[in-house]
This record gives sequence, C-alpha cells and structure tokens, in this order.
Amino acid sequence: MATVKDACRHLRSKNAGPFWVTIDLFFKDYATFEKYAHSPALGADVFAKLYGTDASLVRHYPVPSLHMVKISYPRPRAQGGELERDMHCGQQYVRLLGIELD
Amino acid sequence: MTDSVKILVPCGSIGSGVRPDEVKAGIALAAQAIASDAGSTDSGAAYLVLGKPKYSRAAIERDMTILMKAQAEAKIPLLVGSCGQSGSDAALDWMKDVVLDIAREHGLSPKIAVLYCSQDRAALKAKTANGKIKPLPPLGPMTDELIDSCEQIVAAMGPEPYIEALKAGADIILGGRTTDTAVIGAFALWKGAGAGPSWHAAKVAECGAQCTVKPTNGSGVLISIGVDGFEVAPLSQDNLCNPHSVSAHMLYENANPFILTEPGGALDVTKAVYTQADPRTVKVTGSEWVKAPAYTMKLEGAATGRYQTIMLIGMQEPEAIARIDEFHDHMLRRLIQRVHDTIGADAGDFDISLRLYGWNAVSGDKPPPGTPPPREVGVLFVATAETQAIATQIAKTCNPWFFHFPLHLDRELPSWGFAFSPAEIERGPVYEFKLNHVVECEHPLELVRTQWIDLATKEAA
Repeated sequence: MATVKDACRHLRSKNAGPFWVTIDLFFKDYATFEKYAHSPALGADVFAKLYGTDASLVRHYPVPSLHMVKISYPRPRAQGGELERDMHCGQQYVRLLGIELD
Repeated sequence: MTDSVKILVPCGSIGSGVRPDEVKAGIALAAQAIASDAGSTDSGAAYLVLGKPKYSRAAIERDMTILMKAQAEAKIPLLVGSCGQSGSDAALDWMKDVVLDIAREHGLSPKIAVLYCSQDRAALKAKTANGKIKPLPPLGPMTDELIDSCEQIVAAMGPEPYIEALKAGADIILGGRTTDTAVIGAFALWKGAGAGPSWHAAKVAECGAQCTVKPTNGSGVLISIGVDGFEVAPLSQDNLCNPHSVSAHMLYENANPFILTEPGGALDVTKAVYTQADPRTVKVTGSEWVKAPAYTMKLEGAATGRYQTIMLIGMQEPEAIARIDEFHDHMLRRLIQRVHDTIGADAGDFDISLRLYGWNAVSGDKPPPGTPPPREVGVLFVATAETQAIATQIAKTCNPWFFHFPLHLDRELPSWGFAFSPAEIERGPVYEFKLNHVVECEHPLELVRTQWIDLATKEAA
C-alpha cells in the first residue's frame, strides 16, 4: 500500500494566478510515475472533495520526462478573500500526502 | 552559442536582492540587455488597489542602483516590468520617482521610457459591448457592473511596447503590468532571435536562479537565445543548471506544464529537448511559438472589500488543548451570540473566524480523531464587517470572552496568553481580485501609453 508521500520524492503547490492552484507531484522514478500517474486516487472527484473545487474544471497533466504529474484546479475562493488561510496556496499539497494510491 | 542574444536576468524580482558580482559577471559575458520583473499578482490584490510595492523602498532602490549603474557603464538597455508590484499607473509612478532620484544622486542621464497600462473603465465597457472581452474559467462573462466594482484595472503587456521603446533608443524601460516572460523576452525578440526560444528562455529565467540546481546560491541567470534554441546558466560560479532544474521551472506557477498563453500567442514546449551543454549550462531546443489569431491582453482588476480587526491568544493548558475542537466550536458560538446580544443589528452582516494555529489554521479542517494534541495552540480571532469601526467594536465586545473563555463553565476563568495591549489590531480592508478576463486589442499598443523622460537633454531638477 503506497501513499502519495511514499511514491513521490517531492511535492509542491502554488497559485497559478489568483484564481487557480497547481500541484506538482514528482514521483520517485519512471516506474512509480507510470504506475500511479493515472491513479483514480488522484482523480478530479477526489480533488473536488478535498479542495471544494469544481470537478469538471480539474486538469490533470502527466509529464513523463520529469516523472511527474501536474494537477491544476480553480480555487474555491479567489486569492486573498475574507477567509483566506493560505495566500500562495503553498501548503495545499499537504492534504494529498496520506492518499493511498493502490 | 554563436550569434545568440544574451540577456542578463539579475533576480526573480527587483527588490529581492541583486548581487553586484553576478551583474558584473553577466556583463563580462557580453550581456546585451538586463531584464527583470518587479512584481506579480502572487502576493495579493492589496498591492494593485493601493498602488504600492511589496518590498521596501530601500530594497528596491538598492537593486535599481546596482542595475542602473551597470546599464550606464555597459551601455546596454535595462528593462523592468510590473513596476511597483502591481504595475498600475500609481505603482509605476512610484518606481519612476525612485529611478529619477537614483539618477540624480549618481549623476546618471538615461533616456527613460515609461509604459503605462492602467485601464479606463469607459474604454473597457466599450470593449465589453463589442464582445472583445472574454472570461477565463472559473469566472463568468464581463459586465459593466464587474468593471465598476474594480477600483483599479491593469492590462498585462506583451513585449511589443518594450520593442517600440528599444527601437526609439530607450536606455531604461519601466513597464507597468507586464507578463514576466514578455519583459525578459522582448530584447531577444527585437533582435530577431527565434520566437519559441525567446519566450521559453524568458519563462525559464523569470524567477532568476529558481531554475538552477541551488537556487539559494545566487540570484540571477544569463540566457543566450539563438534562432533555434537557447542556453541558460547561473550567473554565480558556484551553481549550475541541469536539464531537470530547467525543465521543471516551466511547471512553476503555471496551470499547464506545456502551454503558456501570452499576449498574441502561446509558448508550446511539448517538443522541447533539454541537454547539458557544459557543466553549468543547459541547452534547450524544440520550443515553439504559436501565434494567436487575435492579440489579447489579460486584465487584472481589484477592489477593496470589507474590514477586519484581529486578536491573538496563545494556549498551553493541556486539558483545553486536548479538547481544542470542542473548545473552538463552543467559543465561536458564544462569541457570535455575544455580538448579537450586545451590538445587535448595528453589527450588520459580520463574520467571526477563529483560526487555530498549531492545530488546523491553514486547512480549516478538523484533524482526524486520535491526532495527538500539540504543546501550544495560537488562536487568531478575525472579525470581518462593513467598516473598520464595526469590526473593532465586534472585537472589543468579544474581548473578555475571547481572552478568558473557559473549557469548564463551573471553574475559575482562565486567562489565555496574549501578547499585545491594546489587544485588538485593526488590519484594514480585505482586497480582492475581481477579474480573470482577456481583452482583444486592435494592435499591441492600443491599451498602452508611453511617456519619455530623456535626462540627457533635461536639466536635473
């Protein structure tokens, strides 16, 4: 049973403009990337549930040359609103760490 | 690379700390221009509404002094985009004043082009009426009401206004809001380097040494852009680029890892090939520029929202911390009730949020049962209301309850640890981004105004 934390050597999240968040998952190696890049555990519905975003707008981009997957989704609230807790979204990836990939 | 155009990118953003030794090294390597941005939307809408930079004047003045002296000595142009953080007209004027002060102090006499791109509401309404403004997800269509709701709107410039200023002989170009890539790529595009390599090199270099293996070992990079490809290397000798550090930067702050949409087209790096050219340098080929049928600029708009007043306590009491979620829910309910009972309808449609630092302040989620309690928890009280006065009245009304709220109602009241007196801090308004739209332009300069200041022909004031 591998979690995102087990399968990745590095993760990061960041705003992509004030209305989007992008999360980069760098897998340990190509085999791990290939095994999990399209895992349903990283599907749009999971992101909708975890981040309160619209599943139909979640974008999923595997980048084989870097053994990584980029997943981007609209922020449920624009950057810097009344209830902002993470201005740069730099901590948002942490919620993925415990997800079980298989 | 022979016949390449060399651009010195001294840092990720002006004010973050240019290194004079690196600038010197870049010039010794025959850099033909210096280019950097001085802002972004990344730190929030406040800077756009206020027209003030994020960094201190001292930090920006220091970096600009180093770069302006290097510009004058090497006689190569200096291009700075997104001046004053947001690149609004007010922010740009702030930067212009800094630059004029530096020129006066150091006896420099550059020819300066200032590129303004704050937008007029009436002009944007006309664009809306003509169907020339389109929304980007997740936002809906542009309306006059949306335009009116913004206090400040800028259109992010492409490279064309910079190229026009270079053609007219500018030594220093100070730009309002500009895409990071456009200001860094402009000189190479003007000199006839390949469009794909110019845009891609600019994207790689936009955060300075962020595309290197050890980003903290230096501040800037040198990009050498040819017709079919480009090379990138750190300015600092004790650092290097490798294919991974360079290719990974395309991912940074970009929703799509292969396509970067820019004014007038898009950079497509799907076919890009990254190779180690020498131990410190990476060569990239295969980058493509796909011209768009219409020239569009992205609009950024922001406005002042409601006001906040905050208070902070620290808790160590083990029993309260062990039951912190219960404590939080109970306290929040009672604080809201107290505002209703004490201020009544005058409080308006207020909000109170309690953020438990050390527990779940960042996520706002309840941690799973069984999560071990921390040693201390900081509770940030945030009252949001229509005016600063009401937000502060709400905080002051909650004051005795927030600072002494008990876990057990039948015991002596605790005093939670607070650090400041007076306890409440007026945080000011919330500033919000309102636009995520693109405007179609007749030509790249339609929404841009250029001002010239030639210090060589002007008596220093």
